[in-house]
Amino acid sequence: MKTFSLANARDLLVNKEISALELIEATLERCSRFAHLNALITPTPEQALAAAKVSDARRAKGKAGLMEGLPIAIKDMFCTEGIRTTAGSKMLENFVPTYESTVTTKLKIAGSISVGKANQDEFAMGSANNTSYYGNCINPWTSSTRSEAQLVPGGSSGGSAVAVAAGMALGATGTDTGGSIRQPASFCGITGLKPTYGRCSRWGIIAFASSLDQAGPMTQDVCSAALMLQAMAGYDAKDSTSIDIDVPNYAAALNQSFKGLRIGIAEQYQPNTLPDDIRALHQQGQDWLKAAGAEIVPISMPYTDYALPTYYIVGLAECSSNLSRYDGVRYGYRTPDASSLDDMYMRTRAEGFGSEVRRRVLLGTYVLSAGYYDAYYLRAQKVRTLIAQDFHHAFRKCDLILTSTTPSAAFAHGEKMDDPISMYLNDVFTVPASLSGLPAISIPAGLSADHLPLGLQLIGKPFDEATVLRGGKVLEDAAKFTYLSENDHE
Amino acid sequence: MSKITDIDLGGWEMVIGLEVHAQVSSASKLFSGASAAFGGKPNNHVSIVDAAMPGMLPILNEAALRCAVQTGLALKAKINTYSVFARKNYFYADLPQGYQISQYEFPIVGEGTIEITLDDGSTRTIGIERLHLEQDAGKSMHDQHPQYSFIDLNRSGVPLMEIVSKPDVRSAFEATAYVRKLANILDYIGACDVNMSQGSLRTDINLSLRRPGAEFGTRTETKNLNSLKAIRQAIEVEAWRQKVVLESGGTIDQETRLFDPVKFETRSLRSKEDAHDYRYFPDPDLLPVVISEDWIAKIQSSLPELPDQKIARFQQEFGLSAYDADVLVADQAAANFFEVVCASTTPKIAANWVIVELFGRLNKTDLSISDSPVSAQGLAELLALLEKDTISGRTAKDVLDTMFSTGKSATEIVKKQGLEQVSDTSAIGAIIDEVIASNPGQVQQFRDGNERLLGWFVGQVMRQSGGKANPSIVNQLLKQNL
Repeated sequence: MKTFSLANARDLLVNKEISALELIEATLERCSRFAHLNALITPTPEQALAAAKVSDARRAKGKAGLMEGLPIAIKDMFCTEGIRTTAGSKMLENFVPTYESTVTTKLKIAGSISVGKANQDEFAMGSANNTSYYGNCINPWTSSTRSEAQLVPGGSSGGSAVAVAAGMALGATGTDTGGSIRQPASFCGITGLKPTYGRCSRWGIIAFASSLDQAGPMTQDVCSAALMLQAMAGYDAKDSTSIDIDVPNYAAALNQSFKGLRIGIAEQYQPNTLPDDIRALHQQGQDWLKAAGAEIVPISMPYTDYALPTYYIVGLAECSSNLSRYDGVRYGYRTPDASSLDDMYMRTRAEGFGSEVRRRVLLGTYVLSAGYYDAYYLRAQKVRTLIAQDFHHAFRKCDLILTSTTPSAAFAHGEKMDDPISMYLNDVFTVPASLSGLPAISIPAGLSADHLPLGLQLIGKPFDEATVLRGGKVLEDAAKFTYLSENDHE
Repeated sequence: MSKITDIDLGGWEMVIGLEVHAQVSSASKLFSGASAAFGGKPNNHVSIVDAAMPGMLPILNEAALRCAVQTGLALKAKINTYSVFARKNYFYADLPQGYQISQYEFPIVGEGTIEITLDDGSTRTIGIERLHLEQDAGKSMHDQHPQYSFIDLNRSGVPLMEIVSKPDVRSAFEATAYVRKLANILDYIGACDVNMSQGSLRTDINLSLRRPGAEFGTRTETKNLNSLKAIRQAIEVEAWRQKVVLESGGTIDQETRLFDPVKFETRSLRSKEDAHDYRYFPDPDLLPVVISEDWIAKIQSSLPELPDQKIARFQQEFGLSAYDADVLVADQAAANFFEVVCASTTPKIAANWVIVELFGRLNKTDLSISDSPVSAQGLAELLALLEKDTISGRTAKDVLDTMFSTGKSATEIVKKQGLEQVSDTSAIGAIIDEVIASNPGQVQQFRDGNERLLGWFVGQVMRQSGGKANPSIVNQLLKQNL
């Protein structure tokens, strides 16, 4: 079966060309066929089939929601009532929430149907979906030069990206802290949108770094991303950092003219080390946007180089505190043999967390420690402000900023494992927008030298997801990216 | 200037700073909608936020914020329009999040003052360093099971105000006066129920010794005292310990100590080296709290009469002495009681009866004013009888005793026991005639100039009247007839 996008499927359902049950059955069939990609930690086929019947009945009564009957995958960071939620960690192997996150509640209310909980890096810490306690997730794409190598899907929302790329779901929720939606979207040849910080509620999403985490849609195309964001976005009184601001009609915004929009290009996003194919695609992206009527404007982002270290200090400081609650006392993993309270803490956390999580908790604890706080955390917060100012100044001159999403295409599992820094460098183009809370999208725009997907990133003004999506649509239309179907490994 | 403490420290001066943790009177917790009520079955007042379930987020309880601002205004303190909640990170089994949400660099309330009255009637001003809001932790129970500790999270997340004094306190007396006054103010504005035995007011004592005028010495912190008596004892015990150490050439370690009221000693809980590194940082789940001057002004204008204002009013309006006003105002219930009695009675008499007669009886029976078997209206009724000369002062005290033990009204008791005072001059005159007639010797002595005998005659007449004769009429008639 050749897959179609979320937005296409919606039209088919609305026109009654297919039923939700047929769509879910076909999707579940693909979930089984591509089970080896390990995209889902906890598949929920029975619940999906039951929900499909209910959905068809609802549509028959004329009560269809915005995403009625559409199959999606839910990243395992989202707490789902009655369905195990692991965050990719042994720590939460048997954790079944009694509550449903705000975003997944909204998606349910819109009528969408979950096919399962998607694999991810443990507690969203990783860029290759190789830190999951539930095993590596595999990119469905393979390199033209090394066809035997299993490639990483990117991370941390690797399972979500693979599910969409392989048609195991037509959309998926992701969470993006420093690039966790955009980078796997780029590696898997799909569209991934990180909305403005505060656009989607964080309530019920397992926290990694509270001031950076943001939920967003991962879909095959821009229309689908607009549709899914429409269902996910909105103010939530249960999240103090969610912003009470109107949610525009994103689908309508896609059709508005692109003429006269100013696209900022910053030299700081094109380091000399950038591979030729990525550099060329970036130039191609500029040309496409120009052809659509946009004006290309040079901008300067002098603090870009400091974004990555700043991100790793702020994010890790927050994660070291956020993960303190996993102590074996109330829920989750507890070591079977402990001699004292302190011993229980140490064993539980040493046994329950994987090595990358332990590394980040240790680093985060260090940067907050007495005597180091000023030098690291406080300084990083000041630099964060400067990075945000870079964007603020830039957006006086332009409406969107175009960059590459990642400095490379997908690499093989096993690579970059012994050097965490080179792994962290995957996020070099995505973290500045995260630190500044800005909306950003990755659009599959071309192929690398070895025929792997490459993404282009558009960064927008705060709460201007509409323009970001519109720009994404221009790139998508121009790129005519060939989705997985031709590269469909079975 | 300050009172010398009850113990003789041989020239050492105490330097004390107090941290009072006051539980905010609020129906719900600081960051969740769960009930903040005291007690309840273990873990019955716990929301998924309080239990720190994954993905839960705190939402600031505005009522608690309001209480903190109110308290700050009552302490004449600076209210900060910008304040920040920070995480204080440490692991403990009854701390579900692994951090306590508190305020660190930017508290809601800045510097203020509290005026305390010393026992010579003079006043002293103790500085307030700051007031901030924070969550309480849960409770660990170590006596429920041979192998396990049990955790009760009912208290987890309950809003506390931590009120930190400057190191201005110089004696145990001042420390208790400070805590009493603070409790008094909190009670007046309704910010805290000040029930010390239920833990709604807990005090940490920072104490060091120095030679007067010298630099501050190294201090210790004695934690978690929940009665005025414990505060006084802990200060005296710890000051004495420090004196002994210093005089034997030792040094004081900066450490946290616990007071043991049974062994009457303080014990080291943890040293500075073992102190937690709390790794404070602003809580990214909560935005900075920005409040408007308008909101503060609104709270200011809705503040009730505060203790100092009431003391001044009682002196001006009712002519009470500073001492009487102070004693009455020190307990809001007593002040309210007094005002009811006072409405129909001469204020000074009302004050005297409330302070001396009623408080005396309450103290003896270990009752608080709110448990008084005699109501304010009841006492007012009794004093009306006294002021109308229906009963004598002596009789009134006996009637109060009966009211106290039976709960009956003064009028009822007086009527039933026939205690009305006799002011009828002819009836009293008849008794006087009889007393004069039967004591010719004493009459002669009086007429010869022994005026002291007048009292003896008064006594005789009073006894014959069964104590009911109006003493001033007896006096007057005796003088005429003798």
